[in-house]
Formats: sequence, structure tokens, C-alpha cells
Amino acid sequence: MSPKMIAFIDHLPMLPEALLLAGACVLMIADLYVKDERRGATYAIAQLVLIGCAAATAFVMWGSRAHEPYKYFLFGGLFVDDIMANVLKMAAYISVSTALVYSRQYLFERGLLRGEFMTLLLFALLGIMVMISAGSFITLYLGLELLSLCLYAMVALNRDSAVSTEAAMKYFVLGALASGLLLYGMSMIYGATGSLDITEVARHVRELKSGALFEGSSTHRFLVFGLVFVVAGIAFKLGVVPFHMWLPDVYQGAPTAVTLVIGTAPKLAAFAMAIRLLVNGLLDLAIDWQQMLVILAIASMALGNITAIAQSNVKRMLAYSTIAHMGFMLLGLLAGVVGGNRLNAPDAYSAAMFYTLVYVLMSLGAFGMLIFLSRAGVECETLEDLKGLNRRSPWYAFIMLVLMFSLAGIPPTAGFYAKLAVLSAAVNAGQIWLAVVAVLLSVIGAFYYLRIVKLMYFDEPKLVRPVGGTLDMRVLLSVNGLAVLGLGILPQKLMALCMSAIMGL
Amino acid sequence: MPGAIPFLSFAIWVPIIAGLLVLATGGDRNAPMQRGLAMLGALAGFAVTIPLYTGFDAASAGMQFVELHPWIERFNVNYHLGVDGISVLFVLLNSFVTILVVIAGWSVIENRVAQYYASFLVLSGLMNGVFSALDGVLFYVFFEATLIPMFIIIGVWGGPNRVYAALKFFLYTLAGSLLLLVSVLYLYNKSGGSFAILDWHRLPLPLRAQELLFFGFLLAFAVKVPMWPVHTWLPDAHVEAPTGGSVVLAAIMLKLGAYGFVRFSLPILPDASRELAWLMIALSLIAVVYIGLVALVQTDMKKLIAYSSISHMGFVTLGFFIFNSLGVEGGLVQMISHGFVSAAMFLCVGVMYDRMHTRQIADYGGVVNTMPKFATLMMLFAMANSGLPATSGFVGEFMVIMGAMKASFWIAFAAASTLIWGAAYTLWMYKRVIFGPVANDHVAKLGDLNPREMLALGLLALAVLAMGLWPLPFTDVMHASVGELLRHVALPKT
Repeated sequence: MSPKMIAFIDHLPMLPEALLLAGACVLMIADLYVKDERRGATYAIAQLVLIGCAAATAFVMWGSRAHEPYKYFLFGGLFVDDIMANVLKMAAYISVSTALVYSRQYLFERGLLRGEFMTLLLFALLGIMVMISAGSFITLYLGLELLSLCLYAMVALNRDSAVSTEAAMKYFVLGALASGLLLYGMSMIYGATGSLDITEVARHVRELKSGALFEGSSTHRFLVFGLVFVVAGIAFKLGVVPFHMWLPDVYQGAPTAVTLVIGTAPKLAAFAMAIRLLVNGLLDLAIDWQQMLVILAIASMALGNITAIAQSNVKRMLAYSTIAHMGFMLLGLLAGVVGGNRLNAPDAYSAAMFYTLVYVLMSLGAFGMLIFLSRAGVECETLEDLKGLNRRSPWYAFIMLVLMFSLAGIPPTAGFYAKLAVLSAAVNAGQIWLAVVAVLLSVIGAFYYLRIVKLMYFDEPKLVRPVGGTLDMRVLLSVNGLAVLGLGILPQKLMALCMSAIMGL
Repeated sequence: MPGAIPFLSFAIWVPIIAGLLVLATGGDRNAPMQRGLAMLGALAGFAVTIPLYTGFDAASAGMQFVELHPWIERFNVNYHLGVDGISVLFVLLNSFVTILVVIAGWSVIENRVAQYYASFLVLSGLMNGVFSALDGVLFYVFFEATLIPMFIIIGVWGGPNRVYAALKFFLYTLAGSLLLLVSVLYLYNKSGGSFAILDWHRLPLPLRAQELLFFGFLLAFAVKVPMWPVHTWLPDAHVEAPTGGSVVLAAIMLKLGAYGFVRFSLPILPDASRELAWLMIALSLIAVVYIGLVALVQTDMKKLIAYSSISHMGFVTLGFFIFNSLGVEGGLVQMISHGFVSAAMFLCVGVMYDRMHTRQIADYGGVVNTMPKFATLMMLFAMANSGLPATSGFVGEFMVIMGAMKASFWIAFAAASTLIWGAAYTLWMYKRVIFGPVANDHVAKLGDLNPREMLALGLLALAVLAMGLWPLPFTDVMHASVGELLRHVALPKT
């Protein structure tokens, strides 16, 4: 992790953000002149903007410089451009664009395919990108707020639904609390280090730590005090126990298309936030925050996996599965530093990043499948709705089978390598007991994924009705499922990409 | 051998690709074509394994037909295949049994035919992968992936309680094998970043670590074998599985666990294996004696054979942990023989079940009157199951008992008691089902074997007799590898 650091005067690295902001504004205005039945135009603009952003990021990544670890700071360090930022942004475009394809028909049938959805989605994406590229506490916080505000509104998109508005309210109140906690923690760290810039904070902490009498000194305690709140803020965004309360209600209450959005790209932002704050900023306090993450990880895996068994609503079940998965991902984050030795760090953090990317891919597929099986007026929500899918459509039952086995971590699917990488990091860090606990809890977890396979394959459908869905959705959903399988057979490329992203931090 | 034909890859991928092709043919309208295609795939899968035997150099203890390609460089995981005298026969056995399974389901399965055959063909390829993988992760991937098709097979085409059985089967084996994953990762860490199983064989480990790893492996493999007391999933799975599922489960899948002991536990952890041999011997003897007695009181034929499988697999693990060549080779021979015999026994039950739709012993009686050909063949298999000389069942058991005799008289004595239990439960069942007066109208209406069933059972009868009368072609292949293994295990590596 010794990239070249260059203060960049050229503002090229933030071209994607600029493009997205402009695109979102254009979309907002254009939507005023589009009638409801011609909403396809807005949809097309949104997709075009995303493609444009992807091209811009690709240009930033490969177009302008040699293939070596790079790290650029813009606006006096407020904005960072490195490999991880670009990789995560690419993943975010893919995830948001896929979410748009999946949700178009669904929202249209429910009269929710309005300009608001797409505008909010693009602004949420902007928030995600700002978080991913945050070089300072302020930027990070601004990105987080932009993302969160858009998501609160999106949850309440179906404003006539009591469940949705309740979920939005809950999300808003708890989210505001979490933001407050995060801000409080940041101000503590600012107080201890005198800087908001993440690189500066890191330098100050290192200096403080190298001084004698740091351990147990009041400055140390002050920093750790702030750290607790920062970790709490991150934990809320990731949705790990005990900051998970919002997650099941929001996942269940929001329209499935919105759940799909919330369950995917924002996880990338939460991961980036954890890396920026904990690794970029406070790596020298790793001993302190790793202990906190151990508790969060175990609690999440235990509560997520056990509670998911009792759920009859698939969305709620997947919410608890998210909690368990994010706990599992933390195993990678907490295995980086062993007794002051950072040799394990690239392995561990790239494992966590791989886990997050694979999780987003699986989550897209799983929620996409729920949308796919919903009809006008019929929500595919309870486990019952999945019964006998193999009778209705063997192909999509197979796709769902792949997704479920991947979520359960059974080879040869991508989910297995995600687990393998993270467990390997934990074992290398000497946390063998933690790895054992994690695998035992994932056996419990396997049960509820298997139950879905059982419902699809072993049970008879309530009514034999062929599956519908638009062509683009059918193709993309198949690609999504096959990608999970394909990454399970050849995971090397993505793993190497994560490794180079982490090495370039 | 650079540029050599990758027969092992063929053995793995030919059935899998054939399975996917069958799956692509769509719905049940095309059932006849799907059956033909599946048969073709199974035959091709067997054909590509024949060169593994004919081209095998029995004098060498090393890995042969080795294929080594980088797979996941990030973790130094390789696509590393190879067989030695221990594993090569199982690849052949597996591919052979796949043919029988295709025959067994020919006219019985009319529902989702393509998925049925695809599951079995894919399963066959994956199990060949387990037997030939020389990389820890590759082994684990194949080992775990076999659960998916078997889960589907039991759950979709199984009996009334299939869901319970399928879930129990899956979760039991998953719980065991996840600790294997942690153990594998620990070895990866200790060996300085290598997943090569052969590297691990040379890796020095302190006794304490060896013991912990031993238990990690033990749980994974013991569930699969299955050993007492983690065997309870097997009777459920067997009773509920369709005939083909039971055949594969008993003939091949149980061997994955036993194979794991020879490939992982013994050579990687020789000191712990010697240290804890008493435990393994005790568990094996419990399986042989206690489970043998449990089999005696079963009223369901499939359950009886399932318990008899556990009892016979007890012989296998016993043979492995008495550390002499008679024992280990006897265990391996027993594995192959049990592959033939248990497959045959489950097919026999399947033949009767297809006609009568019951597996209860009490529903039968006097079958010999209506199905003489069947009764004759089943007689042979029942004899083999009880370990009568001149059948394959005798060879392995005799070798293990001889080996055990060298270790301790009392172990041999307890093990030899199986000749009584085995004969008692098998022949008593045979007597109640086949002999006596015709029990009821259903039995009176039974028709004898059709050519398809005759073919499957006939092939197995030949195999059972051949192995019983002339076991040399089987044991010859193993000598060098087993000798090498025992020399390796005898050396401390702490």
C-alpha cells in the first residue's frame, strides 16, 4: 500500500460524478414534460446516464494513465480517486442499472414508475459515489446524507401503503440517529487529531501512537471513544447487529423494487465507508476497532442466521440473511492487523471486498427473482409464492437454485469463494475459533436457503401459471444467475481486481 | 507427461457435459430421447475411464495421469488432478455404477426425466472429481458440490418423507464438511500458502495441531462414511431416495468419506492417526457389531441394507486404522466390493418395489415361485453381502480380519463376528422375502426380471463373482501405493 500520491490539478477523476449530477438534473427537468404513459423516455435517459458514467469511469481508470497503483487527491484532499474507488463505482453502476431493468415492469404495473424514482435513484447513486471517493470526513458525511435522504424517500414511494410509510419513518428516525452518532464520533476524532482530512488523521494518529505513553493515555481514550461512534455509524449502514433494527422492516415494507436498490449498491458504499474510515484513517487503532468488529460479526451471524429461519416472508428472510452476510464480511475486515503486523491486511481487506461484490451480485439476483415472480396486483413475498417454481419454469428455478446455494456458500458458486476468502483471512490472522463459529452458524443459515430450494423443487405449485417478465429482464436475470455460477468456476479475475484495489489504497 | 490425453478431465467433464445436454432437451415429451442420451453419456463416461486402468503403471506409487493448471492464482489454487493405486479404481467404479443407475431408472422415472438423468450424470462427474483432485480447494469444491444433485434426487424423486430426509442429509454433511474447510485453510496457512495435498503430506505438524485437525477431518469424513454415532442420516436418506439414488449413495458416495481418511487423515496426520487409532477402531467395531444387530431387527428392506452398509463400512475404517497392508488393502477392496454388492442389493429391492410398491419384509414371501431368475441372482448378492467365500464380499472382510489379527486377537474376534451378524440379517431377510409359500395375491402376480433389469443385475453378478474368485487385478493396482502410504504413516512428522 504505497501508491504514488499526486495532488491533481486536473479535475478529470471526478468526471463521472459531474456527468451523473448533470444527467440527474436533465432527467428531473425532462421528466416534467413526459406524460405517464411515455415514462419509457425517462427510463432511457437514466440508463444512458449510467452508461455514460460507466464510460467516464472506464476512461478515468484506463484512459489517462499507466497501469500502476495510483491515488489522486482533488480539492485539497476532499475527493480521492484510486483503484478501489473506480472498481466500486463500476459495480455500483452495474447494480443500479440492473436494478432499473428489473424494476421497470414492476413499478409500471403499480403506477410507481414515475420520474421521482429515477431521479432519486440517480441522486442516491451520486451519494454512493461521493462516499466511495471520500477523502475527508465532510465529504463522506455529505455523501452519506445524500444517499440516505434519497433512500428514505424511495421507501415511501408508494405513499398510500401504510407499511411502506411506516418503514420509511422507521428508517428515517433510526438513520438520523446513526448519522448523529457518526458525526459525533467524527467530531471526537477531529478533536483528538485536529483534522478532518482522512490522510491527515491517519498521519496524526500514527504520530500520536509512535509517541511514548500513548497506550492508555487520555488522547488514546478520547480517540477510542470517538471510534466507538464511528464504528456504530458504519455498523448501521451495513446493518449489523445491534444496529440492524431498521433492516427487516425496511426490506419488508418497501416496494420490492426499492428493496432491491437498498439491498445492493448502498452496501458498496457502506463497505467503502468502512475502508475509508477504518483502514485509510484509523488503521493504527486497528487493535481497538477489530475487537468491536468481532462482537458485531458474531452477533450478526448468529442473530441473522437464526432469526431468518423463523421468517415466512421472503423479503424479511433475505433481510436477516443480509445481516448474517454483512457479519460474515466483517470477518475479513477484522483480520487485517495481527498484533501490530499488517502483512495480512491486503489479503483480508480484499477478501472483504470480494465478499461485498459477490454479495451485491447475489442480492441483485435474489430480489430480482422476487420482482420477476410478482405480477400486476400479485406480490411474490411469502415462501408459499415460490412453491413449485420448477414446474412453472425449470430455467428460472435453476437460476434461483444457483443464487440460493451461492448465498448458502456451497461450491461451485461465487458465494463459496467469498466465504473461502474471508475464512482464509480469519484463519491466517490466527482467529481459528472465529472461523469455526462462523462456519457453524452458516450451517444454520444453509437451512433457510435450502428451504427455498425445497419449495421450488419438491413442492407442487399452488397454481400453474407460466412466468412472465419482459425480455430484457429475463435475459439479464439469466445472466445474473450465470454470473454467480461463472464466478464460482473462475473467480480469479475478480479476486485479482479486488487485490489490486486494496493494494492501491 | 506433457501433451498426454487428459483422461481424468474427461472422466469428470464428459458426464457433466452429457448431463447438461440432457437437461437442455427440455420437457418430458422427449423422454425416450433423453434416456438414450443419458445412456450414451454414461457409456461415454465409462469409456474414457478405461484407459485409466489399462494405462496405469501398477509398479509406481506416485500420482499418474497428472494434470496441473493454475486456477485461482490469488490463493495458489490449482486445477490439479491425478490418481494413484488407491483412487484409480473408484473412478472406474463410479463411472460403471452410473451406467447401472441409468438402466435402473429407465422405465421407472417418468416425471422430469431430463432433470433426473442430468442430476445423476453431473453427480457422477463431480464424484470422479473428488477421487482425482490433488488440490485441497478443488477437492472441497467437488466434495461439497456432490450434495446439490443428491439433495435434488432425494427431494424430487424420493418417497413420502423425502423432504425431511433430503434436508437431514444435506445439513448433516454440510455441518461436517465445513469444519473440513477450516482445517484445509489451517493447513494452507501452515504450509506457507499451498493447497497441494501432496505438499501437506510432507508438512511437519506438532501433535496437538494434528489432533485438532484430525477431529476436523474426522467429523467431515465420519458423517459421509457414515460412522457411528453420526450415521443416522443414512437410513432416512436411503429409505426415501429413489432406487438410483440409493445405489449411488451406497456404492459411491459413502466411499468419498472413507477415501478422505486415506487421502487426508492418514498421510497428513500420521502421528495423530496412530495416537487416536484406538478411537477409530472402537467406532468401527461399534459399527460392525452394534449396527449389525440393528440391521437384524429392521422390517423395511431398504433400511436393513442401509444399516448393513454402515456395518460394512465399519470394516473399511477398521482396516485403515490397523496400519498394515492387509488391513488397508482389505479396506479398499471392501470399499469396491461394497460398491458392487450394495448397488446390487438396492437394485434388487428396487426391482421388487417397482412391482409391489412396498419395501416391508412382511408384505413379501415366496417370491421365488413367481420370480425364479430374480431369486437366483439375489441369492448370489445376499451371499456376497454376508461375506461368503468366492464372492467379492469375502475378500475384503477376510483381509481386514487377517490384518486385525496381526494387531490384536480381540479386535479380529469382534470384527469376525460380522460373519455371523451379516449372514443372519441378510439371509434371514432373504428367507422371509423369497422363500416360503406365496404370501399374497400381489406376490402371485409378480412377473420375473425384464431384460433391462437382467442386464443391470447380471453385470453386477459378474463383477461380484470376478472379484471374489480372482481379486488380483484389483489388489495388484493398490500394492505400490498402499505400501508407500504405510511407510509414510509409520514415520513421525511432528
